[in-house]
Amino acid sequence: MTRLAGCGLVDRAQPLSFRFDGNAYTGLAGDTLASALLANGVRLAGRSFKYHRPRGILSAGPEEPNALVELRRGARREPNIPATTVELFSGLEADSQNRWPSLRFDVMAVTGLLGPLFPAGFYYKTFMWPARFWERLYEPAIRRAAGLGRAAEAEDPDRYDRAHLYCDVLVIGSGAAGLAAALAAGRRGARVVLCESDWRLGGRLLADGGEIDGLPAADWAVAAEAELRAMPEVRMMPRTTVFGVYDHGTYGAVQRVSDHEPEPDANEPRQRYWRITAERGVLAAGAIERLVAFSGNDRPGVMLSGAVRQYLNRYAVTPGRRAIVVTAGDDGWRTVTALASHGIEVAAVVDRRAEMPERHAAAAASAGARVFAGGRIGGTLGGSSLFAADIVEASGERTRVAADLLAVAGGWNPTVQLTCHLGGKPVWSAAAEAFVPGALPPGMAVVGAARGSFGLGSALAEGARAGAEAAEATGFSGSAPAIPFALDAEGAPAPIWIDSGARKAFVDLQHDVTLEDIAIAHREGFRAVELLKRYTTHGMATDQGKTGGVLGMAAMAALTGMDMAETGTTVFRPPYTPVAIGALAGPNRGKDYRPRRRTPAQGWAEEQGAVMTEVGLWHRALWFPRPGEADWQATITREIGAIRTGAGVAEVSTLGKIELVGPDAGALLDFLYINTFSTLPVGRTRFGIMLREDGFAMDDGTTARLEQDRWILTTSTGHAGAVMEHMEYVHQMLRPELKVAFTSVSDRWAQFSVAGPNSRQVIAGVLDPGADLADAAFPHMACGVFTALGGVPARVFRISFSGERAYEIAVPAGFGEELVRRMMQTGAAFGLVPYGLESLGTMRVEKGHLGGGEINGQTTARDLGFARLMSSRKDYIGRALAQRPALIDPRRPALVGLRPVDRMATLRGGAHLLPEDAPVRIEHDQGHVTSVAYSPTLGHWIGLGLLEGGPSRHGEVVRAANPLEGFDDLVEIVPPCFLDPQGARLRG
Amino acid sequence: MSGVRAAMNYSGLALLREALRGHSGWGPAWRDAAPRTEYDALIVGGGGHGLATAYYLAKEHGLTNVAVLERTHIGSGNAGRNTTLIRSNYLLPGNERFFEKSMQLWEGLEQDLNYNAMVSQRGVLNLYSDDGQRDACVRRGNTMRLHGVDAELLDLAQVKAMYPYFDYRNERFPIRGGLLQRRGGTARHDAVVWGFARAADRRGVDIVQNCEVTGFRIEGGEVRGVETTRGPIFARKVGLCCAGSSSRVGELAGLRLPIESHVLQAFVTEAVKPMFDGVVTFSGGTFYISQSDKGGLVFGGILDGYNSYAQRGNLRVVEDVMEAGMAMMPLLGRLRVLRQWGGVMDMTMDGSPIIDLTPIRGLYLNAGWCTTGFKAIPASGWCFAHTMARDEPHFINSAYRLDRFAVGAVLDESGHGAHPNRH
Amino acid sequence: MRLPCPHCGSRPADEFTCYGAADPVRPAAGAPAQVWHDYVHIRPNPYGLHNELWQHVHGCRRWLVMTRDTRTHAVLGARDGGSRGGGAA
Repeated sequence: MTRLAGCGLVDRAQPLSFRFDGNAYTGLAGDTLASALLANGVRLAGRSFKYHRPRGILSAGPEEPNALVELRRGARREPNIPATTVELFSGLEADSQNRWPSLRFDVMAVTGLLGPLFPAGFYYKTFMWPARFWERLYEPAIRRAAGLGRAAEAEDPDRYDRAHLYCDVLVIGSGAAGLAAALAAGRRGARVVLCESDWRLGGRLLADGGEIDGLPAADWAVAAEAELRAMPEVRMMPRTTVFGVYDHGTYGAVQRVSDHEPEPDANEPRQRYWRITAERGVLAAGAIERLVAFSGNDRPGVMLSGAVRQYLNRYAVTPGRRAIVVTAGDDGWRTVTALASHGIEVAAVVDRRAEMPERHAAAAASAGARVFAGGRIGGTLGGSSLFAADIVEASGERTRVAADLLAVAGGWNPTVQLTCHLGGKPVWSAAAEAFVPGALPPGMAVVGAARGSFGLGSALAEGARAGAEAAEATGFSGSAPAIPFALDAEGAPAPIWIDSGARKAFVDLQHDVTLEDIAIAHREGFRAVELLKRYTTHGMATDQGKTGGVLGMAAMAALTGMDMAETGTTVFRPPYTPVAIGALAGPNRGKDYRPRRRTPAQGWAEEQGAVMTEVGLWHRALWFPRPGEADWQATITREIGAIRTGAGVAEVSTLGKIELVGPDAGALLDFLYINTFSTLPVGRTRFGIMLREDGFAMDDGTTARLEQDRWILTTSTGHAGAVMEHMEYVHQMLRPELKVAFTSVSDRWAQFSVAGPNSRQVIAGVLDPGADLADAAFPHMACGVFTALGGVPARVFRISFSGERAYEIAVPAGFGEELVRRMMQTGAAFGLVPYGLESLGTMRVEKGHLGGGEINGQTTARDLGFARLMSSRKDYIGRALAQRPALIDPRRPALVGLRPVDRMATLRGGAHLLPEDAPVRIEHDQGHVTSVAYSPTLGHWIGLGLLEGGPSRHGEVVRAANPLEGFDDLVEIVPPCFLDPQGARLRG
Repeated sequence: MSGVRAAMNYSGLALLREALRGHSGWGPAWRDAAPRTEYDALIVGGGGHGLATAYYLAKEHGLTNVAVLERTHIGSGNAGRNTTLIRSNYLLPGNERFFEKSMQLWEGLEQDLNYNAMVSQRGVLNLYSDDGQRDACVRRGNTMRLHGVDAELLDLAQVKAMYPYFDYRNERFPIRGGLLQRRGGTARHDAVVWGFARAADRRGVDIVQNCEVTGFRIEGGEVRGVETTRGPIFARKVGLCCAGSSSRVGELAGLRLPIESHVLQAFVTEAVKPMFDGVVTFSGGTFYISQSDKGGLVFGGILDGYNSYAQRGNLRVVEDVMEAGMAMMPLLGRLRVLRQWGGVMDMTMDGSPIIDLTPIRGLYLNAGWCTTGFKAIPASGWCFAHTMARDEPHFINSAYRLDRFAVGAVLDESGHGAHPNRH
Repeated sequence: MRLPCPHCGSRPADEFTCYGAADPVRPAAGAPAQVWHDYVHIRPNPYGLHNELWQHVHGCRRWLVMTRDTRTHAVLGARDGGSRGGGAA
């Protein structure tokens, strides 16, 4: 057991059992998986990506490149989770990954032995011959070897939530600087949100001790948290990572609501994704310690020096029994002191500097450590665990020192990632020996270690001032903030330390990028940091180079002779740490992927046994099968037969309905449509086509003039939204002088199409007495306003999509279901049947009306046979560009009807049209089939198509080639209207 | 000639030899050339298209006194910021013949360039979920077949057999089948850039980095050269390959282009063991996904929808894309997005590119790649080289004329018209 | 991204749709073909300040003119598009 007594922030009263690779262990509440593993003496935690080298736990936070595990099992399995970020819970199961058959004996480690064959970019230089071997042999092998953990193989069973949050000041990070900022802003009354990735507030205060305002730092953090929690306008969000900065004060954050529990509570999501909008942001995200590049710096047992302090002080865990501390500056000496104070032997301290402050000599003496001033690590020994390191003295003499822990203090990188998401570029600071934030996102301030101010006192002061300023900027003024007092630790920031002669010195531990790889990239010209990154994959692993990234750039800088400022750094993009796809998708999945629109009479249709289908967001009835019907074709044959001999009713509420009011409504319609509407008499309806300004057809539909100044325009279902936006654009931007107002009433009215010779009786049966529907009073294309169902407003339009006498009747949406039920009752005597989309569509093709296959954004009114509607006496949208030469070329494909020569043949949408005898090759392509239907009325398949020369080719036979599905049929070109072209049935 | 010619041929043997001597023998993959004052032809833009153009000018047309001028380092634009798909599954003949040419060049590219660009024909599957989408797939598949290109229509059972992990029970936009092009797939984007750079360099092309074009020398309607941050460079032929910045660079020459700049986001997850074989598009093509050889799932969606030169997008599209992913494949929920990025797209008014002459003699335009630039790289270079060398478009790029908007001969695959943000 | 609607205040950009350049003025009916072509196809695409049309679709439904920097996305101004008056007709 390596648990220390009498210290730490773990709860010894709450032991938690867990498993790693199937072995049972016990940790404590307050542990991470990593600290619990260390407490159980587990040192080997993972394998690297490329060479499968054994790796231990490097860090104590989200920067961890090595100790990645598959967390949980079954459908909840999550790959690549850093053990250092997992809050331990009872029953946790984790498995090591990217190894076979076991973590300790991984046969893929052989790639490490062959390492010299696989330097940076090796795959670009080989595997080219023979070409077909790439997909068959080389690539599958590479893919199998690559990847890290395994994804779950079943649907994610957990729920995710999405929420929005607005605040004055968002504080990111709850270390000294963040707490000070939140306190200063909160005390002024600002709405403050404090986000902290960890479950416990305090940041490095929990690891590094020190005193603030006379209190032990960890106690001060507790007191600060208590004060903040008491403020009504302050919201504390632990377990919440701000992962990205977006435009205009928008921040993305993920709250791990239930990840610290075996499974989410029944009423809780696993995670909640927050979109936070903040007037001001204070970034207090601290800093991440850097690795040192020396030979064998990846051995399990090598640990960041600050992480060592974290394990000792926060988790009461000893990461080793005998330590060597390697430090590039003063910070490592704090670890020497911490180790010594916990009674752990410090065998040696290797300080990069030949000369160092005197106080360290005393620290070394009291720790009993031998100091190697100006020394370096020449290599490490150990297989799955470190047992010694070779120290090279300044004189060149090598000393082998036994140790199972190598604490590495290579200086600190400010956590600048969030400052870069809006394009800011970090700048090199010689004073901080690190990249610090450059241009900041608007409204953001950076404080403390995140901006390179590594001292505790400075962090508190900067935090307090920034918090107060942020509050001030959002309207909360007050006196100067109280600045919590603490001393800055002595000493200067440590420089980046690269032992340039080292072999197997890793700068990217996860991707196994070494100094040798950087040298190859340099030799081959991949010198710009972006090229370096891409060529070597340096910094592209799951940790995104948080501990090693800057080492690689420094190594390149050393080779090119440029300084760090010139060399620069690669671009940080969101997210700061990886974010679950499920969280970002939130609750919008499965049946809730998109909103569902219900039609007013959908319940009725479902009750009638309708087969439903999705049309955009709507669910609509396809057909209404009756017992004994063999298939859908039998059903629609019956439905259409009934319509053509009696009557049928279909719900068409999904049509876009736009109501226009005002004296200039006609003028607006004239401008919108290719044809003229202003001349339409009251009580009449007219068909129209509107174009986009580029001259292509946008939509078709009918518009009725209900009163002198009241019109109702209908759009196709799919174009309802776009047409409304278009009309608003045209009115507001192009013709604001027109006195007209209009609004979408699509959802306000339930609408039904009633078709068939008996349709009049059906409609009359639901209208209140007094409505005159006689043909003289209400002829084809008439419209009128009546009442139905005893005083309910009813708009009736005598329009037909089916070719039969037909009416559409609209009532306020709430009455839709009642209306259709009443029609079904009163219509029974007239043979009324319900019908759905399939029959609607079939009858539409029979009549040659346009659908989505024809108005597809690629056709003109002329293509569709409506050249004669295009008024030459007025300006309208699309008029000018519809005259472009290619759009009036007579060879353009134009609308025709299609009839199979063999009447038994089936037509298929998407077949291409070619001359009868031409080979099926693209140079003979003349058009395609846009819509097909089996016409029960005609007893064979019919279709519409777009064919070069169109109407001039009626009577010709062409080939409908469909090599994709293996069909090739001859079709006869006919006019697009197959039934009653004179329209006698409309009136009959 | 400046620098050392990178003469060593890449092969497994060379790799072995170098392994034995610490990889000390590799020369620069290409020379970082200093610009000379005059060339026969200049290419503005060192992305995939520019480098491919230079390569094919040298290889196909014997034009080797050529320089590629790049503002920063090669491949720094969209070449390294895309989802690496290759396919030739287009609806309109003007596009299909071009992208099929590209596919054919991809198929022999690595041997041609002596560089492994990891062209991987893993199959591109477009899912459909209703009759309208099915008909559109059939029409498109038939365009492909009429061009002699492979295309297969899969039914639900066939899709299930290929991709068992999709959500087949979802009643929203249910998967009913798909259009498969087996020859489609992916390639390693950066390697394409480096491969063309190295191959062009080996044929004598100068690749000049950190050289921004700041103006054009135009006399009497003819181009004479360019002004750069490294001094004037003269040439009688100048080709623009700056998609993403075409409007800006074009403006320096007085060109006003039917192009808007829009941001397209893409995403990659952490690497996981192989779980996803090919490339799949869902929801009418507004979501697409594949898995890289490294193991990350690479995916994306639609444009953010506003003009932008910032290489980043916003959360609305992030959410949309993730939702589509979860609708298609709910086991994605626990995979984690590692990185998101945005590329600046040259969006034309019909969603198709431009490879043509310009009204200025000797100035040529390769632009408007919309969201389809990566897969086009080889054919784009090949066609643009032809157009520059012969002073007229090849039949293969003959639909990509600059004047097609004025004439009305647009190539509008999606039918959205002159709304660049909807293509 | 958030946009300042002159009628509704600062709102998430999700509520808006973008239509592109606001400055081009619709030509008169009889204008030459080239003018019409330019109006529809050759639109400003500045690297920097851009006057552009957005509709507050999930809000007041007004068409708005935003001045936005295409390099940074910063919005410098917003007004109702109707205030452009009938000049565009």
